[in-house]
Amino acid sequence: MLRTILIPAALAFGLAATPALASGGAPLTKQSWSWDGVFGAYDQAQLKRGFQVFHEVCSNCHGLKLVAYRNLKVIGLSEEEAKAVAGEREVKDGPNDEGEMFNRPGKLSDHYIPPFANDQAARVSNNGALPPDLSLITKARVGGPDYVYSLLMGYADTPEGFTLNDGMNYNKIFAGNQIGMAPPIADDLVTYADGTKASADQIAKDVVSFLNWAAEPEMDARKSMGLKVMLFLLLLTGLFYALKRKIWADVH
Amino acid sequence: MAQPSSTPPDDNKGPNGPRRDFLLIATSAVGAVGTALALWPFVHSMNPAADTLALSTTEVDLSKVAEGMSITVTWQGKPVFVRHRTADEIKQAAETPMADLRDPKNDKDRVQKAEWLVLIGVCTHLGCIPLGQKAADPKGDFGGWFCPCHGSHYDTSGRIRKGPAPLNLPVPKYTFLTDTSIRIG
Amino acid sequence: MSAPAFDNKIIKWIDERLPLFTMLEHSTTSYPTPKNLNYWWNFGSLALFALVIMILTGIFLAMSYTPHVSMAFDSVERIMRDVNYGWLLRYLHMNGASFFFICVYIHIFRGMYYGSYKAPREILWWLGLLILLAMMATAFLGYVLPWGQMSFWGATVITNLFSAVPVVGDFIVTWLWGGFAVDNPTLNRFFSLHYLLPFVIFALVALHLIALHTSKSSNPSGIEIKGPQDTIAFHPYYTIKDLYGVGVFLLVFLGFVFYAPNFFGEPDNYIPANPMVTPTHIVPEWYFLPFYAILRAIPDKLGGVIAMFGAIIVLFALPWLDSSKVKSGRFRPVFKWFFWLFLVDCVVLGWVGGKPAEGHYIPIGQAATAWYFLHLVVVLPLLGRLEKPLALPASISASVLKEKA
Repeated sequence: MLRTILIPAALAFGLAATPALASGGAPLTKQSWSWDGVFGAYDQAQLKRGFQVFHEVCSNCHGLKLVAYRNLKVIGLSEEEAKAVAGEREVKDGPNDEGEMFNRPGKLSDHYIPPFANDQAARVSNNGALPPDLSLITKARVGGPDYVYSLLMGYADTPEGFTLNDGMNYNKIFAGNQIGMAPPIADDLVTYADGTKASADQIAKDVVSFLNWAAEPEMDARKSMGLKVMLFLLLLTGLFYALKRKIWADVH
Repeated sequence: MAQPSSTPPDDNKGPNGPRRDFLLIATSAVGAVGTALALWPFVHSMNPAADTLALSTTEVDLSKVAEGMSITVTWQGKPVFVRHRTADEIKQAAETPMADLRDPKNDKDRVQKAEWLVLIGVCTHLGCIPLGQKAADPKGDFGGWFCPCHGSHYDTSGRIRKGPAPLNLPVPKYTFLTDTSIRIG
Repeated sequence: MSAPAFDNKIIKWIDERLPLFTMLEHSTTSYPTPKNLNYWWNFGSLALFALVIMILTGIFLAMSYTPHVSMAFDSVERIMRDVNYGWLLRYLHMNGASFFFICVYIHIFRGMYYGSYKAPREILWWLGLLILLAMMATAFLGYVLPWGQMSFWGATVITNLFSAVPVVGDFIVTWLWGGFAVDNPTLNRFFSLHYLLPFVIFALVALHLIALHTSKSSNPSGIEIKGPQDTIAFHPYYTIKDLYGVGVFLLVFLGFVFYAPNFFGEPDNYIPANPMVTPTHIVPEWYFLPFYAILRAIPDKLGGVIAMFGAIIVLFALPWLDSSKVKSGRFRPVFKWFFWLFLVDCVVLGWVGGKPAEGHYIPIGQAATAWYFLHLVVVLPLLGRLEKPLALPASISASVLKEKA
């Protein structure tokens, strides 16, 4: 029976190790995240801080179109706070009774309104680079949250002999080591309402936590359901095994 | 060693009999519970999703609806009739004797402000949308709405008066935000 | 095979008119099964269980999925975020595909080790291979549906394989696409076919079972059933054994679903499809990697495609390529070693398939490809003639008694 499990496991591990080629050379810094492991869960206070960072900093260039404003209530924003956030940007709606399209403030049921009307507008405002939507960023990169964290913290002085293109920044992690995004994080970039000291490292961790939640909002529900299912299955499989032994007792 | 035959051995004979019975019942019970629980996510996935539920309110501006006019708005994917009733229509609805009604309800219990009648515009017979919103529509024998599918007649309070429908047109939950706007849901 | 007597009057009434219950009784209850099957024989029923999970979750996912290039990606994310338990259905389906292949691959290697494909089970073996082919098609079509980067580029690369066909290649590819690139018509037809094929698989599985119940199950000794003393009734002996297998399977499978749901996935598929940018490193899903390695091992477009499809086609001839009279690898001392070598060779192919086609991966892939065909076409026919098998036990029941002694 052991072999039964080992063979596919070995197969799977050997294969899953393959795509870890994509980064800019420097090894990722493995962080310990609150949601690591079977019992890990999101830290709501951290998600809320991370949202503040995203909202005040990242969202000036990056979209988050898979997250709806109503979802923010899950990470501890009150109905009023979420509504206020939604109302900060306008979205095109219509046509109205006069047949005109019109702009209206965002509602809770809207998805996070992107900073640019389309990709072209985003490129024009960003020196030709397209800031990706961040809704799934931690799932869409090899290394996940560790990659995003390492990238945010991976800015360094351009090494001797490295030719940096105009408007680009040197980053140890990013593929090709040139990234259009200027270093986005610095000490005391935001002021946390809960009094947490806003060091660059803290800010990076908080925003990555928030982004991981944005990518996998179901994780807490998934893990807690998983635990119950696993315990139940252990019982059921144990019963099956006992019954199997009993039934087969007269065969061998 | 007993030679097992092609038929299952008798459960209650031999030293293992009763214990096996208990095990069989326990395992079957746990297995049945597990199967039933496993079906729930499948069933529940067909219920309205979170984004659908988030769209469950609609705001309506009434300021442009003149007396005697009706508008139709969409709420939860269904048409909602909002009629600005004339004094005549209000009077007619209020003075109908209860004995004439199939589903007896007072008009004053069906409105928050007498001139504004808000109804879910779905015939209670088999779900068609009654006519009567536009000026040229047939309004049935009682001046309200007429369902063309099977000929149900509703009065100026949206109550069923004639035809196969069993119940009055339902009134959705709504609140007046201002004198001239409501939120449905 | 006499008709069983039913006590229940309604069952009796139906059965006299339509022998549903007699059929069920013969195939799931009284079916005489070799008494010596080991746990490797669980993987057939596990594969069926996986198929049922795939069909069930698939039907419910289809209720919330939109097959349109501008909506497919977001509709999948809506399933993950807004549909009640949508994440569960989707992760079950995603990981279910991998576990279906794990079961089927183990099932196939079990058949290879114990010579289950030999007479009178050749058609049973063929049906199994047809199931594998249909599974591969279904899995490929399904992987396109979320319309991520890997979906799009996987579809592009695999459909382009057909351009290797001489003369009509380009015509075929355009026909598959319904356009001049992988686009909305492609996605629409892939969805349609992805929904259809599982039911074809189901029908093939039914035929597979009919063939099985005609030729009867093979067994670890490789000796045919000689009398009732060799068999036990399928129910309750193998129903409970299979259920126990299902329990263990679920523990492993759901472990991945709940705690590592993206383990078998590719991060790139969480980036929406972009026809203007190819990901730096395209890899198919793990279960295609050995075949992908064979494709790349041949430095010729048409040759590679022929080798890849040939790798499965050649298996249809396996009952005749393996010339040994003895079925079970247990009694074939030399074959045993070659079997494990072949298994390692397949794993190496899978490993190379996931690596970029450069450096020393190329000769390793070519050697492994060569050995794959060499094993099947040269080693097996020779081995049957040269190898001296061990003495076979007199019967299944004798082999069981011997093991106990």
